[in-house]
Amino acid sequence: MTRISLRVNSVDHDIEVEPRHSLADALRDRCGLTGTHLGCEHGVCGACTVLVGDEPVRACLMFAVQADGRAVRTVEGLDDDGAFNALQQAFHEQHALQCGYCTPGMLMLATWLVERGTPVSDDELREVMSSNLCRCTGYRNILRAVRSVLDGAGS
Amino acid sequence: MKPAPFEYVIAESWDAAAALLAEHGDDAVILAGGQSLVPVMNFRLAQPAVLVDVNPVADGAYLRIDADRLRVGALTRHVRFEAPQVGGPLGALFPRVARHIAHLPIRMRGTFGGSLAHADPASEWCTLARTFDAVMVARSVRGDRRIDASDYFQAALVNDLADDEVLREIELPALGPDWACGFAEFNRRAGDFAIVQSVAAFELHDGRIVDARIGIGGAAEVPWRADTAEAVLAGAIPSASLFEEAGAAAAESVGELMTDRQASAEMRRDLVRVMVSRALEDALAAGVER
Repeated sequence: MTRISLRVNSVDHDIEVEPRHSLADALRDRCGLTGTHLGCEHGVCGACTVLVGDEPVRACLMFAVQADGRAVRTVEGLDDDGAFNALQQAFHEQHALQCGYCTPGMLMLATWLVERGTPVSDDELREVMSSNLCRCTGYRNILRAVRSVLDGAGS
Repeated sequence: MKPAPFEYVIAESWDAAAALLAEHGDDAVILAGGQSLVPVMNFRLAQPAVLVDVNPVADGAYLRIDADRLRVGALTRHVRFEAPQVGGPLGALFPRVARHIAHLPIRMRGTFGGSLAHADPASEWCTLARTFDAVMVARSVRGDRRIDASDYFQAALVNDLADDEVLREIELPALGPDWACGFAEFNRRAGDFAIVQSVAAFELHDGRIVDARIGIGGAAEVPWRADTAEAVLAGAIPSASLFEEAGAAAAESVGELMTDRQASAEMRRDLVRVMVSRALEDALAAGVER
């Protein structure tokens, strides 16, 4: 076992992991943050997307030891004192989730795109959000929700 | 879907990585971006005893022009090639190739050198490296070894790197302003592996092609240069019919093509014909834009 320190959603977690534990497993099993979902565990579906530093990462393809000392953001850190933030509110209003399994990954990927702060064309929006798989809601409402926040009309 | 246990060690320099490989031999595997290696480990198709993480290597990510060579640090992430990094026709080609690599979060982690080391038949960077006769620079405790692309790719996922060598730099020619470069790829879904892809480039003098390079990937176990198709172009004036002729020559330029559930060998051969022609059209369009 290796002792590492993750700063997750501004809270320090000193945890013990095996080198083979993915960041996703460490977040779920060691930090108790089960909002990060695991779908395919080989980098295809994007359900486990979290932000490491400022970048979206497939948390099934990064070992927890690689994130030692890094700041990580997960879906649990998005809310605004218990209330939806703009992106979550937009997902709610635009019916951008149905079963909700892909939603944490979609939200974190969209968070990166919104925070990037540069103009996003519709083509680029489609290209970026196509990184993650949704198998029930459909992408149209997800794109609409993210677009509404990008356009500053999220809440 | 969880990897087998392994020992994790960090290398902060290429020499440190080489020393670790010398110590552990074929028990050790280099971890770069991990976007191909970790899935394979999660499937337990790879079970390395030791994982050497080279992400912390200082100055491992760069693109620099050095006289007539373009040097790419092995740890340069794919995403860096999406925005113009260096001038010249090859610099202009990079963004058009990079956006075909998987999806954005993958491109933000995956590395140029990692793709070359993984040597997937569908790798865009492997095809580009073969097209331009890149030189792979591998570090071991014995020093650097330079490997020509024509010797480097040996079979699907098999390259010429020895167990104790780590790929640290890839050298490409810094093409002059008379070159035009193009790319085309066929797959069934955006972001998926290429079924066939082609990198094509030619040098124009007074409206005539004086030199040409055509590389093809995804179709066979290793990328190859279609020299018979390059010969079709030599001395000719670019035109749609010339490009179709070169595509037809390229389709006949290799014997064994892959068959898998994506596409039969016969379909791949036809796609080679079309992708080469389209890559040449892309090159011509890029050349006209400049």
